[in-house]
Order: sequence, then C-alpha cells, then structure tokens
Amino acid sequence: MIRLDSFRRTDSFQEVVSHFEAFDFEGYFSQVTPAQVALSLAREKLHWRDFLNLLSPAAASLLEPMAQRARKLTIQYFGRTMQLYIPLYISNYCGNECVYCGFNRTHRIRRRKLSLPEIEAEAAAISRTGMRHILLLTGENREITPIDYIEAAIRTIRSRFTSVAIEMFPMETEEYVRLKAAGADGLTLYQEVYDRQVYRRVHLAGKKTDYRYRLDAPARGAAAGFRAVNLGTLFGLGEKRREAFMAGMHARYLEDAYPDTETSLSLPRLNAAEGGYAPDFPVDDRTFVQFILAYRLFLPRLGITLSTREPAALRDRLMLLGITRLSAGSRTGVGGYADPDQGKAMQFQISDDRPVSVIIQAIRDRGLQPVFKDWEAI
Amino acid sequence: MWEAADTMENDTLILGNKRFGNRLFTGTGKFSAKSVIPRMLEASGSEMITVALRRVDFASETENILDYIPRQVTLLPNTSGARNEGEAVRIAHIAREAGCGDFIKIEIITDTKYLLPDNHATLLATETLAKEGFVVLPYVLPDLPLARRLEDAGAAAVMPLGAPIGSNRGLETRALIEMLIENLSVPVIVDAGLGRPSHAAEAMEMGADAVLVNTAISSAEDPVAMGRAFSLAVAAGRMAFLARMREEQKTAVPSSPLTGFLS
Repeated sequence: MIRLDSFRRTDSFQEVVSHFEAFDFEGYFSQVTPAQVALSLAREKLHWRDFLNLLSPAAASLLEPMAQRARKLTIQYFGRTMQLYIPLYISNYCGNECVYCGFNRTHRIRRRKLSLPEIEAEAAAISRTGMRHILLLTGENREITPIDYIEAAIRTIRSRFTSVAIEMFPMETEEYVRLKAAGADGLTLYQEVYDRQVYRRVHLAGKKTDYRYRLDAPARGAAAGFRAVNLGTLFGLGEKRREAFMAGMHARYLEDAYPDTETSLSLPRLNAAEGGYAPDFPVDDRTFVQFILAYRLFLPRLGITLSTREPAALRDRLMLLGITRLSAGSRTGVGGYADPDQGKAMQFQISDDRPVSVIIQAIRDRGLQPVFKDWEAI
Repeated sequence: MWEAADTMENDTLILGNKRFGNRLFTGTGKFSAKSVIPRMLEASGSEMITVALRRVDFASETENILDYIPRQVTLLPNTSGARNEGEAVRIAHIAREAGCGDFIKIEIITDTKYLLPDNHATLLATETLAKEGFVVLPYVLPDLPLARRLEDAGAAAVMPLGAPIGSNRGLETRALIEMLIENLSVPVIVDAGLGRPSHAAEAMEMGADAVLVNTAISSAEDPVAMGRAFSLAVAAGRMAFLARMREEQKTAVPSSPLTGFLS
C-alpha cells in the first residue's frame, strides 16, 4: 500500500487517486469540528488530515486566523512580491469534446492557428508591455499542432522572453525533453477534474478521455527537467472540497517526488464559456478564499497562480492571502495582441481586463513588488 | 581600557581586493518595492548586497534592480535558480559580461523543499570559477572537509547556512559552523536562516567574519529599521568577539571567591 504522508518518484499518483476513491469524504467533512480545525491550524507541519480539516465546512468559521497565518507564510517564503505572466494562444484547434470548454471540437467557432511570422508579431507586441514570462497555449490537437510546430513556436519567441512555459496536450517524456531543449522551462497541465466518474462525464471524446495519461503527465514533465510544473483542477466540475483536496495532494506528490522542480497550482473557477456550461459545484468567494488559505498552510512553498478569469476587485484582495503569481493583460483568443480584431473566439471569458500597467499599480498599491522576471532560461 | 573599541576602528574584512568595514551583508530579494533597498542600505551601512541574477532584467529600461544599488556598495551577484554546476558557471559568466564585477556567490539548489545547497556541485563550480579569476563565495551546508576543499579550490570565503533559507530559525548548525571558524583560513560568512538581530550577534560573537541577512530584513514590517537593527547587532557581536568574551560556565562562579584571601 502507498504511504500517503511522503511520496517517492517510484510512486504513481494514480495509486493516491485510487486510495481516496474509497475514502468517505462526505462523512469525514461532516464530523470535523471547529476545535479540530483550530488544532490543525496550530500545527507547524500539516498532515493530509489537517489539510482535510482546513478544507471542511467547519473551517469557514476560522477564516481570519487562517488568513493571518497564510499571509505570514507567504511573506516568509515569497517575500512581498508578485510574479507576473501573460498567456499567448497560438491555436484553438482541438480534438477533444470537453463540455465546459469554448474550444470544444463540436463548437462552430472560427478555428485558427498562427503561422510563425504571426507568432513573432504577437511576441513582439507582448514584449512591448514589459511582460517577460510567457505561457504558450494551444487547443489539444496533435495533428494540427504537432510537436514540430510547437518546437518552432518556442524557438521563435524565446529570445523575447526570459521564461517560456507551455500549456498543451499531455506529452511523452521524450517530447517534453525536446521542448525543454528548444527553450521551454515551465509546464502547465490541468487535470480539470480528479473524480474519475465526473472526468468521464465531461470529456466525451478525443485523447483527453484517457484520464491516466493526463494524470501522469506533470510527473513526466518534471522528469524531463522542466524547472516549473503547474497543476490545477477546474473548480465547478467535481465536488469542490474533494477536488481541492486531490489537487493539493497532487502538488504534494510532485513536491516530494521531484524536489528540484518548482511546483505550483492554478485555481481556475468555471465561468461562462461559449457553450453555456453551468457548473454543478460552483465555488463561492468565501469557499474559494478558504481553499487558497488551506493550500498555503498545507504547502507553504507552493506557488499559487490566479488568472484573469477572476474579477479585478477579488484579485486585488487575494494578492495578500497566498497568491504568488498573476496573469496580466491576457487575451484568451488566438493571437489578439498584435491585431486586437483577431482572437475573438475565446477559451474562457476574462473578468480582469485591466491593462498590464493598471495591474502593476494595483500590485504596488498593496505593498507588493511586481516581478516580471523571476528566471532566465540559460 | 577600550582596547576592543580601538581594534574596531581598524577592523576590516578583506574579500577579493576589497575592504569591508561593515560586516553585515544584505540581499535584494523579497522587498515590497525596490525603492526600499537604497534606504535600507543607508540605514544599515551594509557595504555588500547580493542580487539574484535570475531576477535582473538587463533588457528593461525601468525595472533594472541594479539602478537601486548605490555605487559604493559592492554587488554580489548570486546564482540562485541554478540546479547544477554548469548553470551556476553560466550565470556567473552572464554576471561578469553584464558588468556586475568579479564577485559571485554560488548558490546551487536541487532541493526546493528545504532549499539546501548541493555541496558537491558547489565545489565543482567553485573550482571552475576561481580559476577564471572570480571572487567566489560558495553557499554551503557547514561541512569541514568540504570547506577545506573549497579553500584549496580558491574560494574567497565560505558561506555556511545557519538554518534553511528564509526560515528565521537562527544558528541551528552552530556546532558545525564553529568547526569552520576554528579551522579555515578563509573568512566564514554565516548566510541564511538568521531571523533576529540577536542571531546575527550570536554568529559574530562566536567568531564569524560576517553575516548575510536578507529575508529577516526584507520581510520585516519596517525593513529600513530592521536593517539598522541587524547592523548594530553585528557590530556588537563583533566587538564582543574582539573583546574576548569569557567562556560560559556550567555552574555559578562567585564574584567574591572563597580563596581570594590567598595572595
């Protein structure tokens, strides 16, 4: 049986998923008391049961002490800083049928794939905003956006940015090695939902139906030598507390198994994408904050990323509670930086549409230093 | 009387071809704004500051951290982010080409959980860079045999950690650092983990040649005042060391000894 309080590289996260499929989350959460939460909160090192306690409904009454401790830990580990990145979608062709996504292959949207000169123009426009870390995205389509194309895209933009990360279909270790050699140093890949039954229900067709292949991809990326690996669950799809827990355990697994990789977690919440999917398990702001705090307390050195899906006012408040990285000036259609008329078919709706300069000022107003460059691929 | 104070006047630390009167070295990470850094430097009197090359954006016209460091303060570029000796050496070359001088703090970390330095890779990078004429300050776990090798390889000083980076836990490795101080001929600079001015004073009292403090200063509510507090503590600890403190005793020693009548 797998040990759940410390993971090794030879462990598979699949075993952890299987273990917790037999776990009675509902029963556990229902019996947690505020006193137990307070005990968990007082511990220096948190066990996964403490993490569960912090995610439980009972912890809602201890939000303020959780926030105080989370803030302290964030300053200790990350200082008074906020890292920044900007996404660039280079293709929205997708072979998958994800019921919640604007790029779903059955949607009749304008499909586009940028040529290398177009990518160059977009990169030039983005670099003028001062952003130095870029996240390159595609829909998931191996035929239309093969590794050769992605590799060429990375090589095209790498000189303009100090760090290039990718968010694409899951790949083989050797493919990740190739893209790392081309100049990518970060990998983002969301499992979307850890609950296998829900996973099957919302991913109807395409390669993405292979749960296990996706689940193991972040570890393959870490093994390939990516400097940073970013995970995520898409809040709204599965039962929220259980999903929050599994994403945290996945991060813990990567931290333990790949100590030379910087692990981080994104916290996307479903909003209205084209396709009008209504989330089964919406996460309200209060619960969302509770989850962020629980992650910080359970995994003090975990990077936590917040995208422009969230509204400006909320993003500004969350900056002080454990978030370490924000996207800014984002467009989620293909291209759209060099030619704003392009890129209208979006993967998701942006809530915080402030330009980079305004977000920078908001960061400074909160007593934080915006960090454009945290690493340079060498 | 006041011999220690007289000694303090001429008490300088030499690294490379530079003399340092102030034995508090500082860092640029984790500040709420870069503009706090020059104020902290002025208040503390720190004469050397380390900067992570990974965070320096030479291409940016507005965001270059080097613009916030006064000329008289020596720049100590560090290789933060390097995961092996090859990356550390490349970062050192970038620093030199960018005009950041010949000082380099080697920081090679393969364990993001505890941020512990990889001593073996650090030795390899030190060998290479010292041969190339860098003033090499390797950040290491305190390990005497390894530190001797660093000395042989041409390190200008050895920088053992007191506790993991940013942990504010103080001199957890005290006994091991004492061995370095007793046995090395190069300066020993305690780096990382010092969370309070009293920790810094303790390191100086036991004979460390300098300390490097970043998180405890930059994360304080008032980093400028905290910089000053550390500077005073370092000076006090140094003066106490030069004044040759008496050893601690396990039992009380009466100030009017029983045998005092025997002349």
